[in-house]
Amino acid sequence: MAEAIHEVHRHPAPTGFIRKYIFSLDHKVIGIQYILLALTAVVVGLVMSVLMRMNLSWPGTNWPILGTLFPTGAPGGVMTPEFYLSLVTMHGTIMVFFVLTTAPQGGFGNYFLPIQIGADDMAFPVLNMMSFWVTFVGFLVLLLAILAEGNLTVGSWISKLGESFAAGSGTVGPIGGWTGYPPLSALGKIAGPGQGAGVNLWIISIAIFCVGSLLGALNFITTLLNMRTKGMTLMRMPLTCWAWFTTAILALLSFPVLLGGGILLLLDRIAGTSFFIPGGLYVSGSTVPLHNGGSPLLWQHLFWFFGHPEVYIAILPGMGATSHILSTFARKPIFGYRAMVFAIFAIGMLGFFVWGHHMFMSGMSPYSAIAFSILTLSIGVPSAIKTFNWLGTLWGAKIRFTTPMLFAIGFVSLFVAGGITGLVLGQTSLDFFFHDTYFVTAHFHLVMGVASIFGMFAATYFWFPKMFGRMMSESLGKFHFWITFIGVYAIFVPFHAMGMVGMPRRYAQFGEYEFLKNTHGLVLFVTVAAIITALVQIVFYFNFFWSMFKGKPAGDNPWEATTLEWNIPSPPPHDNFAGIVPEVYRGPYEFAVPGAAKDFTMQSEPEGTEIPARLGETDGNGGNGHKH
Amino acid sequence: MAATVTSTERVIDTTVGGGPRSRGGNGFPKNGGGRNGHSGDSLRFSADRYRIGVWVAIGSILMLFVALTSAYIVRSASSNDWQPIAMPKVLWLSTALILISSMTMEVSRRSLKQQRDQAYGRWLIVTVVLGLAFLATQLFAWRQLVRQGVYLASNPYNSFFYLFTAAHGLHLLGGILALAYLLLRTTRKRNTVEGELRRAGAADAATIYWHFMDGLWVGLFFLLFFWK
Amino acid sequence: MGRVLGLAIWIITIASVAMFVTKHWWFPESITEHGPLVDHQFTITIIVCGIAFAAAQIGLGWVVWKYRDSSAATRATYSHGNNRLEVVWTVVTAIVFISLAVMGQRVWASLHLHSAPPGSYTVEVVAQQFSWNFHYHGKDNVFGRTDPKLIDDSALNYVGLDETDPNAKDDSVVSTLVVPVNRPIELILKSKDVTHSFFVPQLRFKQDLVPGMAIPVHFTVNKTGKYELACAELCGMNHYKMKSYMLVLPENEFNELVNLSQEKFQARRDELLNKYQLPQY
Repeated sequence: MAEAIHEVHRHPAPTGFIRKYIFSLDHKVIGIQYILLALTAVVVGLVMSVLMRMNLSWPGTNWPILGTLFPTGAPGGVMTPEFYLSLVTMHGTIMVFFVLTTAPQGGFGNYFLPIQIGADDMAFPVLNMMSFWVTFVGFLVLLLAILAEGNLTVGSWISKLGESFAAGSGTVGPIGGWTGYPPLSALGKIAGPGQGAGVNLWIISIAIFCVGSLLGALNFITTLLNMRTKGMTLMRMPLTCWAWFTTAILALLSFPVLLGGGILLLLDRIAGTSFFIPGGLYVSGSTVPLHNGGSPLLWQHLFWFFGHPEVYIAILPGMGATSHILSTFARKPIFGYRAMVFAIFAIGMLGFFVWGHHMFMSGMSPYSAIAFSILTLSIGVPSAIKTFNWLGTLWGAKIRFTTPMLFAIGFVSLFVAGGITGLVLGQTSLDFFFHDTYFVTAHFHLVMGVASIFGMFAATYFWFPKMFGRMMSESLGKFHFWITFIGVYAIFVPFHAMGMVGMPRRYAQFGEYEFLKNTHGLVLFVTVAAIITALVQIVFYFNFFWSMFKGKPAGDNPWEATTLEWNIPSPPPHDNFAGIVPEVYRGPYEFAVPGAAKDFTMQSEPEGTEIPARLGETDGNGGNGHKH
Repeated sequence: MAATVTSTERVIDTTVGGGPRSRGGNGFPKNGGGRNGHSGDSLRFSADRYRIGVWVAIGSILMLFVALTSAYIVRSASSNDWQPIAMPKVLWLSTALILISSMTMEVSRRSLKQQRDQAYGRWLIVTVVLGLAFLATQLFAWRQLVRQGVYLASNPYNSFFYLFTAAHGLHLLGGILALAYLLLRTTRKRNTVEGELRRAGAADAATIYWHFMDGLWVGLFFLLFFWK
Repeated sequence: MGRVLGLAIWIITIASVAMFVTKHWWFPESITEHGPLVDHQFTITIIVCGIAFAAAQIGLGWVVWKYRDSSAATRATYSHGNNRLEVVWTVVTAIVFISLAVMGQRVWASLHLHSAPPGSYTVEVVAQQFSWNFHYHGKDNVFGRTDPKLIDDSALNYVGLDETDPNAKDDSVVSTLVVPVNRPIELILKSKDVTHSFFVPQLRFKQDLVPGMAIPVHFTVNKTGKYELACAELCGMNHYKMKSYMLVLPENEFNELVNLSQEKFQARRDELLNKYQLPQY
């Protein structure tokens, strides 16, 4: 047996509460901070979505609590249309940025990338810490945007900053949608309520978020290229690492474009420039003299050049986690590892060439629309490869239906459901009808708002024992899975039907149009499903926080998994591997190896030996794991 | 938590950028860890880290300027109010200053490689001064333009001019701060192998960044004044 | 658990497919020449989607049923994959998807890569927060000059019509879109303030109206009637009720209407809005 290599960790373990838990350089603490941020943000986003559903189902109703909290946005407790639109905007912004771009990458990626490649920390721990706190500040600024518009007192303070900072419209923040198209988002308050200072703060929040993300991406890429341990070649990395790596590259190249666009939009709003605002405008009864010659389409190009890779940033880590977890609980190697790596990369790279499919109807060149359309349907190919390979992994398997496995299987089902309608929306001739209808909303919610979240749930249940040294409750977990799985289908499949009828997006109410009158039953059904599904998430939160303190103690490897994080204690020591440099001898999914003593063979196990008692690991019989 | 110190015999690799000759790309010796039967070269730090990091950072900064450049090109064609200004002559001086500063930065870096710490520090100071002088010429150009009535919002070309120079200037300021850090923390020899590697790596990374700032300026200069 | 999960996935699959197959919520009727082609392409696409969706979900349900760990001593099959299978299913998928993509460009090309045919009737559309303005050129077939600087909502000059231009004398600007049946129509789409989008579901297309641009679209309607017009791009607080109507008239009724002067046009338009009914939904 080769002699273990030892090393001194770069920085000594921190002491004191602040250094240990607040301004920590430890990637594990930072990962948990990101997860906690996402867990907080998602509650805000979820509450907003329930409020939206309530308004659509029972418009004109007096909700007393709303009347108390938002007397201007919901006078007499009745939600105004601008209030509804600001919920739409903030729901989208919070969910896309502060949930889907934090937890999968900044949360689980930060925690487990270094460990899975055998490193002692990220390449740049100080930058890592900064990336979290910058993101956190971005979230605070976004909350300020809500306050500035929604609260008259705060709004009046901010209005003192100047003409373009007029605020206090009584809505819940800006109302341009998370996509913030100018001129609506660029003209300022003459374009209507919710278009004052809240929009400035929204832009600033997103700009800050861009910086935080870029710092994170820098760390991920450098760490993965530079700090893999002995024997950890690129093709022996777990698929989670490939996913985090590709996601980081996407973030690195797309967020700067959003930052650039955001700067231009902010300048149009507060400095009188005309990047996006054309001349000759007449708004709310008066001409707009100040601007000339700008192009609203320019914003769309910049935004979607970022926006499309962004949705792959939201889903790729979930795909990586799903592959990883499926293989682990199928007790079988992942089907087609190389093809999976290729598919992750193909999805990532192709994702940069399809942004125009968000803009087919925008007035851009119809020739480029054709090119974008064909490229868009091509992205379906690597996605299909991944789906086939997931099915292939489960074929001939020996499946253990633990909670993480249920969510991983759920991911596959939901990703197929959501992804397949991309074939409809990606065609220009069909998008004629479906653009800006609920068919689009169905598509992206299923892939982003559900499949991606299932990836995060799977990752949480899977890695919770490692992070906190305790198991989450399996019964609560299964309950959470079943209600959520059925619930999300009940919510989003009907959205397709609404889209078929032609129901437009971002409508505060549907009562104005005859052609929508047959949808009322659907709308109510969805709302009931949404409320139930939202409420059942309380079970998850309870399980999460209660198990941290009261869960059954987990050993080092309760799931009998094979990658490096399962070699070390739960929770891991400060420098991950207790001063030992791990060495890797095989691939990450060596399950059911013929001739091996057990049905799993860890990456660190040398060729042709029994599993030795190394690095403090427990026996491999899943002492604290669960078998089903 | 046992943390054992590494053995004392190591191969010290201080080639510029931490040459990957004796090491795998991830900092590990390519052919197993043993030398003379010891764990040997178990030093996990490789100066590649800083180089890779700075190139990755350059990738993202470049994307920002690519986005702004494409906005510039699109905007110039989107309406008939595009009016390029005559180039303030002082910007030739800006260009000269930044080109020279790249040369002095390179001299500084090579001095470090030759283990001439004093020269390293001195040429760093010269580079910082040149960088500050560059920024001063930029501010001078701005003042000149404002006095001629060329404001941010008066014309889309102006908007881009100020935006590009401001964005570049801010990133250059970041570079100057990085050089200041080098001056404060890396001009004295360190007494561990890893310390020396870090010193060399930091200097390399800062140099690469500085050259990028230089190249970026030249690119912007051409875009603003010679692209039709 | 495996059986329950497999069953649940199958039930969800059946319910989802049924929702489409029963066509209970479906496109409203198509009233244009290109409409049936759109619907046909959709049918082909949704069938492909349905097959792929059902196959994948049924497959998923089946493997979780069949390969649940039933504590026999056996292990899973040790396999890293099958390269030939990968190539086959990649190629098949690519062929299907790219074919769909190419087919899906036909109607788009016919509407966007060719200009309106000669003899089209042209209407200028100017959208604003939160109403629609339709500018008709009147008997002289020439649009009066418009200038954004002349727009004055309070004076009811919504599109900035230059009254001093002789061509403007017989122009009308009303809030309803009126078009002749069985004749190509060209719309020139503009906006006064923010981006809007023109959407009549029965027409099977939509198009954004972007400030600073004048975007032409053309189509031919082959059924008379009254249809609702909705805005399909978020334009502010009353986006949800930026509503108007499209009236498709027989040729003689149409010609009579559009040659009327402004006030008579509006009065007659009111009558016609009463005369024609919305489709049965």
